[in-house]
Amino acid sequence: MSKKRTLLNTVVFAGFAVSSAFAASAEEITIATVNNGDMIRMQGYSSEFTAATGIDVNWVTLEENVLRERVTTDITTKGGQFDIMTIGMYETPIWGKSGWLVPLNDLSADYDAADILPAMSGGLSYDGTLYAAPFYGESSMVMYRSDLMEKAGLTMPEAPTWDFIREAAAKMTDRANDINGICLRGKAGWGEGGAFITAMSNSFGARWFDENWKPTFDSEAWHNTLSFFKGMMDESGPAGYATNGFNENLSLFQQGKCGMWIDATVAASFVTNPKDSTVADKVGFALAPDNGLGKRSNWLWAWALAIPAGTQHEADAKKFIEWATSKSYIEMVAAKEGWANVPPGARTSLYENPEYQKVPFAKMTLDSILSADPLHPTVDPVPYVGVQFAAIPEFAGIATDVSQEFSNAYAGQQSVEDALAKAQAIATEAMEAAGY
Amino acid sequence: MARSVSNRRKTINTALAWAVGLIIFFPILWTILTSFKTEGDAIAYPPKFLFFDWTLENYSIVQERSNYMRYLWNSIIIAGGSTILGVLIAVPAAWSMAFVPSKRTKDILMWMLSTKMLPAVGVLYPIYLVFIKLGLLDTRIGLVIVLMLINLPIIVWMLYTYFKEIPSEILEAARMDGATLKSEILYVLTPMAVPGIASTILLNVILAWNEAFWTLNLTAAKAGTLTAFIASYSSPEGLFYAKLSAASTMAIAPILIMGWFSQKQLVRGLTFGAVK
Amino acid sequence: MATKSSRAAARLMIAPAVIVLLGWMLVPLIMTLWFSFRNYLPLRGGDLGFAGFDNFVRFVTSSSFWPAIGATLLIVVGALAITVILGVLLAILLDQPMWGQGIVRILVIAPFFVMPTVSSLVWKNMFLDSVNGLFAQVFKMFGATPVEWIIDKPFVSLILIVSWQWLPFATLILLTAIQSLDSEQLEAAEMDGAPAIKRFMYITIPHLSRAITVVILIETIFMLSVFAEIKMTTAGAFGTKTLTYLIYQRVLESQNVGLGSAGGVYAIILANIVAIFLMRIVGKNLDS
Repeated sequence: MSKKRTLLNTVVFAGFAVSSAFAASAEEITIATVNNGDMIRMQGYSSEFTAATGIDVNWVTLEENVLRERVTTDITTKGGQFDIMTIGMYETPIWGKSGWLVPLNDLSADYDAADILPAMSGGLSYDGTLYAAPFYGESSMVMYRSDLMEKAGLTMPEAPTWDFIREAAAKMTDRANDINGICLRGKAGWGEGGAFITAMSNSFGARWFDENWKPTFDSEAWHNTLSFFKGMMDESGPAGYATNGFNENLSLFQQGKCGMWIDATVAASFVTNPKDSTVADKVGFALAPDNGLGKRSNWLWAWALAIPAGTQHEADAKKFIEWATSKSYIEMVAAKEGWANVPPGARTSLYENPEYQKVPFAKMTLDSILSADPLHPTVDPVPYVGVQFAAIPEFAGIATDVSQEFSNAYAGQQSVEDALAKAQAIATEAMEAAGY
Repeated sequence: MARSVSNRRKTINTALAWAVGLIIFFPILWTILTSFKTEGDAIAYPPKFLFFDWTLENYSIVQERSNYMRYLWNSIIIAGGSTILGVLIAVPAAWSMAFVPSKRTKDILMWMLSTKMLPAVGVLYPIYLVFIKLGLLDTRIGLVIVLMLINLPIIVWMLYTYFKEIPSEILEAARMDGATLKSEILYVLTPMAVPGIASTILLNVILAWNEAFWTLNLTAAKAGTLTAFIASYSSPEGLFYAKLSAASTMAIAPILIMGWFSQKQLVRGLTFGAVK
Repeated sequence: MATKSSRAAARLMIAPAVIVLLGWMLVPLIMTLWFSFRNYLPLRGGDLGFAGFDNFVRFVTSSSFWPAIGATLLIVVGALAITVILGVLLAILLDQPMWGQGIVRILVIAPFFVMPTVSSLVWKNMFLDSVNGLFAQVFKMFGATPVEWIIDKPFVSLILIVSWQWLPFATLILLTAIQSLDSEQLEAAEMDGAPAIKRFMYITIPHLSRAITVVILIETIFMLSVFAEIKMTTAGAFGTKTLTYLIYQRVLESQNVGLGSAGGVYAIILANIVAIFLMRIVGKNLDS
């Protein structure tokens, strides 16, 4: 009896599953996206897309790391759970090369694909074919407190050097009043502290791999990068910076506890928003610092929409991408929420718009994006593409391991030399295993 | 004479217990309080305990952004479904282990528990591939099955320990009266085991409700539970403590309320055979 | 007592549970074993052929392996010790007559209802953070330098979070056990003039030994796979990479399923060693 009932129950549940699996209507797409502000806004406006086209949109909104793992599992196993995936500059060339993405080279003339900033379309293409359309793009830059800078008797140049930054940080630091001269990412993870230190190392003449794919953490340049970073942060950084990522630094800066912060250009709109920031009217911007070697320490990133190959709704998905990354979407957001809130960094025409040029951080954002070159990111030549990453499948894993060693060094649990030696061993082992 | 306790001692006990209780509860209280703050107040120093501008803004933002009811409904179906399915499979197994034990009973129990020790992430790819083959991705039934399997060892074990406490004389008496196996289970055992089954169900609903690996990795738009709902609020952009707190409060409130009403049951029934 | 037919019936009744669990264990296990001998790299196109024992060798020879085993054991043992000791004390306290017992109980068991992701985020940001955390603010009020919990005391932080989540469970089980303690025995001992400590040591603790074993067994199973707490707080830095975390890094971050699967096989072996070890203690304790 009891067994029969179990069986019965299983059948009932199975029937339930089948019915729910086939309940999906044809005019429906599922989009996986990251929970950043601009995407959440897009989610809100997607009802307008549905009204115009009759296509329903299902959203799967996840935190960045979770999203990345989720979509990677799905695309490599051809799970087919999503019709559009939000991915970045790291994933796009790798996935495009593997043939997992639908090429976006046949977008309508109306869409004006040529208007996409070349730095963005370059990073989102493989072999000249665009595989993901940028929703917004970012670089990194210096955000600083103009009042504290003045108090320290200094003037921030438009293109500062690292030595100036370090000196300014030391002068702005006021431990008694809980003001740290500089806040930077030290948190483990390739997209957190790993991204920052990699971009910074470019300006010190370091690189991840040489032309023969040999890791170069034993180089003088890496040693300089790491010692400079640790030295400066120990002098002028906040307590516990080895666990600070973007978010932690953002709240520190908004509370007025940082003199300078070098991070994503999109943060500019948060720190200048009087609703959340106590220092909204005292923020200045400058290019990310350099060391006079010809490369600056800013990165380049885009969040972009891509269509996994094999989806049943390719045409509908394309319609959505054309809608969400179009000029008219930008204009709609501008009309409703103001120019400061449009998705930045994707289109040339946005920066030619006189209305947008009035936004205080518009020019510096564009200049930063334009000064990053993913094809030639370093002083010495490298075999990889990408500024704060190397677009090879092994990078994320290696860089996460390496950044954990760096964080241990920031925390004073091992020396810079030990951290670099371990990094070299980790990277060498992984690259050999991968057959480079 | 029953244990008589002076009022003084009772007062001390009360004060101490309340102090400890509040300390343990404080992080949750703090989360709930934070959910009513603005993002600025949420990180203010000195911290603001009660005197801040109470606002429901975070809740309305959360409600606007995600369809809470759909996630809640999925959580209820999946946690409830997996528990019911698990109990249906576990009751007969536990019965036979408790009343018809063999030499291998204990080994089987331990083996069942050891299946819980395989790290979930190690089998993500295999399970994902199996789910694609069976068309179970992003379905509630898929999650019901997986969560049932994850918790089944615990359910079997809990029930086994309850059944073992039932004196076998009662069963023998029932058999003397000519009770069949079916009526033995239905009319003799089950009523005696109700407190045990009830707290088993409670514990498993809690475990299934809080499971965050499979519910995140095997779902997309349709079967996402409250853990997926939460995963969209630990935002890497902008201040998020207050919004996260509001979302967290919404995610834990149903289970907290359920726990509140059933705490007597939980306290009475959660023995795992620990009581002789 | 058991007849032949009831034995047959018993087998039939245990069958569904054993079959589904066997399936749940064998299918992933066989696939894990298969993958662990393959060069399976999803981002390089999937299964690239037989790898021999390469994955197994690489997983153990990685400099992270032994520290990961150590970190795993440290967290499990630390959290177990705290939850059991505090659980016993708390259970005794909650068993005393008091006003508002029901409310206190719900306060104490509430952490058990909170998802690990949520509790890790709350602890990390609102309490342990060395600038904005409540602990740091309290330290500042007393003029002390705030401790950088997650950096300087990563294991203390993790054990604190894990213990907070599992203390309610331990307390609940121990409380149920204490309630069954024969109060006459205690009173008799009290009459005989046995001091409280002795009563505790010779009556309460032996009575609780079964419950303690159960708590240890169940909590070990769950704590061996602690993950969200590490991910949200240290992100694997400061020596807190556990075996589970290491496998996670190999499978999802490095996208090397073969290597991760080999790690999974090691985890199964470790789990079984622990299980056999526990079985001996528990078996002994549960039989008596």
